[in-house]
Amino acid sequence: MMDEDFSQYPLELTGDDIPMVRFSRVSKRYGALTVLDNLDLDVAAGEMITIIGPSGSGKTTVLRMLMTLETINEGVIYVDGKPLTHMEKCGKLVRADRRYLRQMRAQIGMCFQHFNLFPHMTALENCMEGPVQVLGMKKAAARARSEELLELVGMADKRDQHPARLSGGQQQRVAIARALAMRPKVMLFDEVTSALDPEVIGEVTTVIRNLVDKHNLTMLMVTHQMGFAKDISDRVCFFFDGKIEEQNSPEELFSNPQKERTQQFLSAVKEAG
Amino acid sequence: MSYIDFLKEYGHRFLDGTLVTAEQFFLATLLAICIALLAGLMKLSRNRLIRGVAVVYIEFFRGTSLLVQLYWIFFVLPLFGLTFEKFTAGFVAVGMNLGAYGAELVRGGIQSVPKGQWEAAYALSLSPFKRMWRIILPQAFVNMLPPWGNLLIELLKNTALVALISVSDLMFEAKQINGSTFLSAQTFGTALIIYYVLARFVVTPFMRWLERVMRRKLGRA
Amino acid sequence: MPFNWNWAFTWEILPKLLHAALNTLLAAGLGYAIAVVLGLILALAQRTPSRAVTFVIREFVEFIRSTPLILQIFFVYYVGPQFGLRLGPWTAGMIAIGLHYSAYLSEVYRGGLQAVPKGQWEACTALNLSPAKTYWRIIIPQAIPSALAGMGNYLVGIFKDTPMLSVIGVAELMHTANAIGSSSYRYLEPYTLVGIIFLAISLPTAALIRIFEGYVRRKLGLK
Repeated sequence: MMDEDFSQYPLELTGDDIPMVRFSRVSKRYGALTVLDNLDLDVAAGEMITIIGPSGSGKTTVLRMLMTLETINEGVIYVDGKPLTHMEKCGKLVRADRRYLRQMRAQIGMCFQHFNLFPHMTALENCMEGPVQVLGMKKAAARARSEELLELVGMADKRDQHPARLSGGQQQRVAIARALAMRPKVMLFDEVTSALDPEVIGEVTTVIRNLVDKHNLTMLMVTHQMGFAKDISDRVCFFFDGKIEEQNSPEELFSNPQKERTQQFLSAVKEAG
Repeated sequence: MSYIDFLKEYGHRFLDGTLVTAEQFFLATLLAICIALLAGLMKLSRNRLIRGVAVVYIEFFRGTSLLVQLYWIFFVLPLFGLTFEKFTAGFVAVGMNLGAYGAELVRGGIQSVPKGQWEAAYALSLSPFKRMWRIILPQAFVNMLPPWGNLLIELLKNTALVALISVSDLMFEAKQINGSTFLSAQTFGTALIIYYVLARFVVTPFMRWLERVMRRKLGRA
Repeated sequence: MPFNWNWAFTWEILPKLLHAALNTLLAAGLGYAIAVVLGLILALAQRTPSRAVTFVIREFVEFIRSTPLILQIFFVYYVGPQFGLRLGPWTAGMIAIGLHYSAYLSEVYRGGLQAVPKGQWEACTALNLSPAKTYWRIIIPQAIPSALAGMGNYLVGIFKDTPMLSVIGVAELMHTANAIGSSSYRYLEPYTLVGIIFLAISLPTAALIRIFEGYVRRKLGLK
């Protein structure tokens, strides 16, 4: 581990057109199983990218690595031109220590499949937790920001409820507000509608649609909702076996898939309804 | 005196004490299992009186100290004309006490068997006894084996209290040896290690083995 | 000695026993306080990245849990003097019983911490909370309700184990009952009263703990 050489990767990205997120030859393995294989992916500032693919194709791992929930085996991830997973030491890239990781991941927010709201705090307290405890904001300011965001996701009237009292859709909307309260540059949505009952999926997708329309956030989303992906993405990546099999604009990819595996996957999804 | 010499001189007494501890453990375990099954099933009975008896028994033995129960059985019961020899009083007290804890495990184990199993047995018109004995208890048994493992360790440790009514178990021998040699670290240290070995390398592996066997029997391995 | 309950004798010894019951409660309370704090240290020490530390603490906890408390009490009380360190019965008793139950409580804490879903840790990472704040504000408050039941059981447990302290001369209930028995040759009343006093304290305590557990759960909005 000590002798890893990252000299082929630049210390930071330069030029006019720096992507908000860059995966540079990133691999992830669990023992003999390769989950991500040599991934290269750029996400431009303000871009909305949707990742689709069969389960086990590594799509969730992409988000979890970006959130630094998973360590990386090979390659470097850059956020806003600076390495996320690595840091500079004596003019060379080495693996980032915990302090550096904490500093860098402040730019990234994430929503989870199972919401992961803190059950012992109300909706409002969930949203205030990060701004007060991490950003060191005054309580009054954090409260104002949180109330505004709960308003944005349509949960202002439930702000004093504990998560156990909220439906799945409501919990997920609070979770989105909680992530936004940290003012991230990049938002990650990991199958945020997969654990929801069909009738409440709409209330969550509406919130995300709003974000896409009105805010200039960079977003990466893993989803099984093909219609939703088609509507709001700037680009769709189809993952297969730890690699990007095909990527394109949503119109092109859904109506005119080039690769056989993409066609098979899309028709299988269509069959299932 | 080196520790080796100490063991040479007193080793056989530790061994004798360990044997008595093993006997106490074995007999108390048998008694605890019988009581646990009986009281556990009684607590699930629909009859209020039967349930009440079980509740009183369980709460009484779990609500007071084993040491109090042991002294009561040994010193007070003779006044009612029930005299136990100290060896018997020892394992009876330990068995009755741990049986009360075991009863709760039996009850929990039976209740952990899915309702569908009761209904299926009912649908096959099995008699209540056969339903319990052939369908419910075997499944409950597997579910409650892991907590029984912990309970048996508690039981083993609790047998040390019988030394206080002069049953010559391991604890008693250790006390005697300490009283004549004043080599407390060696004496009590040796006894501690023997108890540890019994718990960790005899009782626990045996229970693990039993769990595996039972799982295989139920086709869950 | 025929069986006959002597009420005059009962009233004579009851004040003595009730007074001794205070010592029993004191011993249980002190021992429990030690166990609560020491148990937390043992539990958190097993979560450090160092495998060696985890292994040593684990084995220590297993050893304490696998050996009789009564033997540990004798060990602590008698081994000190052998090396020139004399501990009073109270000190030795509190060390032994506190240490014994700290091993059990460390398991309760560990279970409580493990019962907190992995997603909570991940949400803390996503919100960038520091490790200390993650534990203090998010994980521990959620671990408390599931740990409370176990903690309550061991509070009653430590109370019921205090009679063992009589063997090294701590003047609690059992010790006092023994003294009354051996001086009067009457065992029926003192031992029966001791049993009743234990029941009268442990049953309501157990019930109160269950109520308290429910209250905390509601207070934290978990139910």
